[in-house]
Amino acid sequence: MVEFLLNTVKPHFNFWVYVILMMIGLWSLIAKNNLIKKMMGLAIFQSAIILFYVSLGVKDGATIPVLDYHGEHADHNAAAKDEPAMTLPTSSAGNPADAYANPVPHVLMLTAIVVGVATLGVALALCEMIFKEFDTLEEDELLRKIKALHDDA
Amino acid sequence: MLEQLPALILLAPLFGALLIGLVGLHDRRACFPIAFASLVVSLASALGAAMRAFTGGAYNYFIGGWEEPLGISIVLRVDALNGLLLIAIAVVAVLAVIFTIRPSSEKDTDKTAYFYILFLLLCVGLFGITITGDAFNLFVLIEVSALTSYGLVAIGTSRRCKMAAFHYLLMGTVGASFYLLGVGYLYLKTGSLNIEDINTILTTNATVAQSPGIVTAFLLILVGIWIKMAFFPLYGWLPNAYSYCPSGSSCLLAPLMTKVSVYVMIRVMLSLFGLEWVFGHPGWSDLVVWLAVIAILAGSIMALAQREIKRMLCYLIVAEIGYMVGGAWLNDPNLWGLTGASYHILADALMTLCLFLFAGILFKYHGISEIGDLGGLFKKMPLTSIGFVIGALAMIGVPPTSGFFSKFYLIRGGIEGGHPEYVGALLISSLVNAVLFFRIFEIAYFGKNPADGHSHDHGHDSHGHDDHGEAASPVLREAPTYALIPLLAAAALILLLGIFNGQIIELIRTAFGNSAIVVSNLR
Repeated sequence: MVEFLLNTVKPHFNFWVYVILMMIGLWSLIAKNNLIKKMMGLAIFQSAIILFYVSLGVKDGATIPVLDYHGEHADHNAAAKDEPAMTLPTSSAGNPADAYANPVPHVLMLTAIVVGVATLGVALALCEMIFKEFDTLEEDELLRKIKALHDDA
Repeated sequence: MLEQLPALILLAPLFGALLIGLVGLHDRRACFPIAFASLVVSLASALGAAMRAFTGGAYNYFIGGWEEPLGISIVLRVDALNGLLLIAIAVVAVLAVIFTIRPSSEKDTDKTAYFYILFLLLCVGLFGITITGDAFNLFVLIEVSALTSYGLVAIGTSRRCKMAAFHYLLMGTVGASFYLLGVGYLYLKTGSLNIEDINTILTTNATVAQSPGIVTAFLLILVGIWIKMAFFPLYGWLPNAYSYCPSGSSCLLAPLMTKVSVYVMIRVMLSLFGLEWVFGHPGWSDLVVWLAVIAILAGSIMALAQREIKRMLCYLIVAEIGYMVGGAWLNDPNLWGLTGASYHILADALMTLCLFLFAGILFKYHGISEIGDLGGLFKKMPLTSIGFVIGALAMIGVPPTSGFFSKFYLIRGGIEGGHPEYVGALLISSLVNAVLFFRIFEIAYFGKNPADGHSHDHGHDSHGHDDHGEAASPVLREAPTYALIPLLAAAALILLLGIFNGQIIELIRTAFGNSAIVVSNLR
C-alpha cells in the first residue's frame, strides 16, 4: 500500500487529484436528483480540469514568470533572499526558461474560468426559469409534471 | 483588403451582434436589417476567402500578425474543405435569418433583439470553429456556439424548452470539458496548441506520437466531440432541445451545430493527429464503424416511432451523424468514405435546413406539429410542398439530389474499405427514410384536411389544433413569401449541390492533399 502510494500516486499526484475530483463531479452530475446539485457537480467537474491545467505549468523550484530585474534598488533583492527561486536564472546551467513556471496553461485557464462562469450563469438562469414554471427543482417531480402536461395536451 | 476576408467572416456578425445590442434593444425594427446585412457580409467574405483557397491552396491568416506558434496563436486557416463549409454555414445562416423576419407571436416581440444577438453570436462561434487553426481557440469557440445555442433553445415560449435547454447545457458542457482535457494532454506532450505545429511534432517525433498521453488526448477529444455531435449513445440531449425550441432557432441549430462538430472530428483526424496516426491503431476503425452502424439503425428505428414531424427529423439527424462518423472512419484506400462524409456535411446541412424550415412553416403559421394533421397539404400549399418533397427526396437519396451522391460515395468507401455492415446499415436507413417520407407524402396528398370537413368550406372549423398556441386557425394557406424564399432556395441548392457534385468532390479531395497516398501506403 505504502509502496503503491510512493511509486504510483506520488509522482503523478496532480493527476490522481484531478481524476478523483472529476469523478466526484461527474457522479453528482449523473446521480443527483436536484438540478442545483447537478450544477454544482458540473462546477466541480470544470474546476478539476482547471486544476489539471494549472498543475501542468508547475516546475520544481521555479518562480513566477516575471523577469527578475529589480531596477536600481539593489537592496530590494536582499529582502527576497529567502526564496530559493530568486537565485535561479543565472545559476541554473540549462535552459534559463526552467527557472520560471510555464505561464501558458495558467493563461489558458483564465479563459476557461470565464467560460465556466458564463456556463454556470446560464445554468442558474435556466434553473430559475424552470423553478418559476414548475415550482420545483427536483428532477423526478419535474419529469412527473412534464408527463402530466403531455398527457393533458 | 482581400487578405482580410477570413477575419471579416467572423467580425461582421460579431459587430452586428454588438450593434443590435446598442440599437436593436431600443428599436426592434432595426434588428432584422442589421442581422441580415452582417450575415450577407459574412457570406460574401466566405465566398472570397474560399475562392482564394480553391485556386491557391490552403493559407493562414494571423490576427495581429503574430506568426510564432508560442502559447495561444490566433491563427485562421482556410483550405478547400473548410472554405466549402464556411460558405455552407453562411448560406444556411442567411436563409434561416430570412425565415425569422416576423416573430411568430406577439409574446415574442420583446425578445426580438436578444434573439438576434444570440443568433449572430452563434454564427460567430460556428464560423470560428470552422476557420480556426488553434486547438485551444477551438474549445473557446465551441463554448461560444454552445452557450448561445442554450439561449436560443431556452428563448422559446414552450414550457418544456427550459428543461430541454438545461439538459443540453449539462451534456454540452461535459462534452466541451472532455475536449479541453484532451487539449491539455496534447499540450503536455507537445508543448504546442497550434494545429499545424502539433501535427508536425507528431509526424516527426515518433516517441511522442506513440506515447500513451497522445492516445489519451485523442480519445478524450473524440468522446468530447461525439457528445457535441450527438453520436448515438450520447445523443440524449438532441431530440428535446431541437424539437421544443422555437422554429427560428431550430432552423439554425439543427442544420449546423451537429454538422460543424462532425467537421471538427474530421479536422482533428485529418490535420491534428493525421490519418496515418489515427488508422495506424489496428481495430479502432472497425470499432467506430460498428458504433456508427448501431447509430444509423437506432436513429432510423426511433424515427419510425415518432408522430411529430420535428421529433422525427431529430432522430433522423442522429442517424445522419452515424453516416458521417462511419464514413470518416471507413479507412478505405482511396478515402472515398472521408470524402463522402465531408460532402455529406454540406448536403445534410442543406437538407436538414429544408426540412426544418418546412416543419417551422407548418408549426409557425398553422400550429401543426403532428404528421397525422398534414392531410390535404399538397393541394393547399403547393410551393411549400415542392420544397419539402425535394428535401425529403434528398434525405432518402434519390438521384439528382445531393443526398444520393453523398450516399454513393459513402457506399463506395464502405465497399472498398471492406465494411459490408456499414453499407447494409446505409441501405436499410435509406429504406426507412423512404417509408417515413412516403407516409407523409401519402397523408399530405391523399389525406383530407380535417378543417375542411367534407364540404371544402374554409369558413367554419370547429375543432382546431390550436393547443400549441401559435396559430388559431388550422386552415392551410400558402406560406408567406419570406418563409417560402429560404425553403425554395434551400431546395434549389440541394439540387445544385447534387448536380455539381463532381467539382465539389474534387475540391474536397484537394484539401486531403497527400493523405490519400499516405493511407494507401499504410495498408
